[in-house]
Amino acid sequence: MAIHDQGYRRYGGRREQRGTAWTVIALAGLRAIVRRRAFLALLLLAWILFIVRAVQFYAAANFPQAAFLAPSASTFRQFLEQQSFWVFIITVWVGSGLIADDRRTNALQLYLSKPLTRAEYVAGKAAILGTLLLFITWVPAILLLLVQIVFAGNLTFLRQNLFLFPAITIFSFVEVLMTTVVMLALSSLSRSRLFVGILYTALIFFSQALFGVLVAVTGGTMIAWISYPANLTQIGDAIFRLPLHYETPWPVALIMIAALVLASVATLAWRVRGVEVVA
Amino acid sequence: MMAEPAADAPVVRLDGVSVAYGAKLALRDVTVAFRPGAVGLLGPNGAGKSTLIKALLGFVTPSAGRMQVLGLDVTEAPLEIRSRIGYMPEMDAYIAGMNAVTFVAYCGELAGLPGADAMQRAHEVLQYVGLGEARYRRVETYSTGMRQRIKLAQALVHDPDLLFLDEPTNGMDPKGRDEMLALIHDLAHGRGLNLILSSHVLPDVEATCDHVVVLDQGRVATEGAIEQLRGTRGRVFELRVKGEPERFVPVLQAAGMECRATDEDVMRVFVPPDATARTLFGLAAREGIQVRHLRPSTPTLEDVFVRALGEEDADAAAHDAASARAPESPSA
Repeated sequence: MAIHDQGYRRYGGRREQRGTAWTVIALAGLRAIVRRRAFLALLLLAWILFIVRAVQFYAAANFPQAAFLAPSASTFRQFLEQQSFWVFIITVWVGSGLIADDRRTNALQLYLSKPLTRAEYVAGKAAILGTLLLFITWVPAILLLLVQIVFAGNLTFLRQNLFLFPAITIFSFVEVLMTTVVMLALSSLSRSRLFVGILYTALIFFSQALFGVLVAVTGGTMIAWISYPANLTQIGDAIFRLPLHYETPWPVALIMIAALVLASVATLAWRVRGVEVVA
Repeated sequence: MMAEPAADAPVVRLDGVSVAYGAKLALRDVTVAFRPGAVGLLGPNGAGKSTLIKALLGFVTPSAGRMQVLGLDVTEAPLEIRSRIGYMPEMDAYIAGMNAVTFVAYCGELAGLPGADAMQRAHEVLQYVGLGEARYRRVETYSTGMRQRIKLAQALVHDPDLLFLDEPTNGMDPKGRDEMLALIHDLAHGRGLNLILSSHVLPDVEATCDHVVVLDQGRVATEGAIEQLRGTRGRVFELRVKGEPERFVPVLQAAGMECRATDEDVMRVFVPPDATARTLFGLAAREGIQVRHLRPSTPTLEDVFVRALGEEDADAAAHDAASARAPESPSA
């Protein structure tokens, strides 16, 4: 374009098909996050446990003295449980501002004046957090399975534990889905990411503390469904075919998780609007 | 295949549209058509201007009526409509953590432009709105005037057929305001874009628009070409009298004239088409009032606006009175 002709011009190029706007939101969000060095450092830290487990698998496969370190199905369950700490940190760091920041800067009306639906907007935001959480749960767990095969030099462990691949996948996706949707719902409730972070932390710790008190009062763990993390633990144990931690039946835990997800979706449908109507 | 609408077909059409926020009616049975070109949406604060735009964007759902934008029904094709319009909101709005060119390109991509095209358009549009030098600065660091410009840029980046501009000069200094109005004028008259400019600042509308729709209390008070509205309702005189003008006002009103005080000691008198300056002098002589200044004036949009609101108030009062007298309808 000539330098002298920098006025407004009509656009004659092609336009993308509708329904792809959520990918634009997701990619832009991911690019913005991974550009931060502090966040990259955090991601590296979240992979330390993977390295520790990989060393464990190597030792078990190559040194007879370390045979007691040989992995089992519960090793993968433990790994995912331990990763929950990083899931929490990354959820608070990344997730709390996903919608709250847009509400603070009135960006929702910009988004929703473009040809995208509210569901696409939420899907784009969910994809940002969901991708990062899968990167520290599902991806390292599946890689660990591959690492085990490589270090052992045979498929014996995999053949004996064929359910591990679907178990890791199902549990990771359930955990990521629940965490993502709940955090987005909380993020849509406020304009302050700090407040959202506090709210999410309170939800986890308060429900767990309440559960602890009720266990002390009732002397049993049937009330575990009241705790946000305990429901996930029950589901994880059931998926990995391990004895349940608590007395609550796993279908009850599953119902609680489903209810929490539905409540979060309803909150998002209520809060994600182009205009805040105070009637 | 859908037929192309005629060139002079309305770009926006509302038919009996009502919008309620709880018990409060923000739009009341609005029926109006916005012609192609630049149309001003005028009205005092709370008249329903922003609500009308938000209803057209699908942000609020009308309780009654139908709306069409660019020949498409708002409820049936909201995404198609939004791909062809640009919206510059009244409130400060941006996406945190982005510099200007990334932000505008991002908005272009959201509107369906391929990434490379969106980035190129973002550079062009930022240059056009006067932010070329500041395009790599984060939007959070922008002044109020710059944020108004970037809101215009994000509304333009995907080359819309229709622009909704909601109070585009809010918070701008006089120089920035003139530049923004020049941009809007150029878009409408130089680049052929249709736009609806919502404002309560009459000179802004007068400087940029050819047509106007005046809203008051959720109703259409008047509409039409600005030139026509200025000219069809008699003439206007600037009048200053010696002593107390309040004494002369009832006399003028009794003669079918309207008076409006201005900031100075001159009042603007709207006279019927059959009256002249001689009529005014005659009335003053009859009442023994000395005329110090009488000059024919050009009717301004403000005159149209004030008179429209006055008539609307009178109509509303008459309507309310009639409603009070009428027996209750069972189907109401």
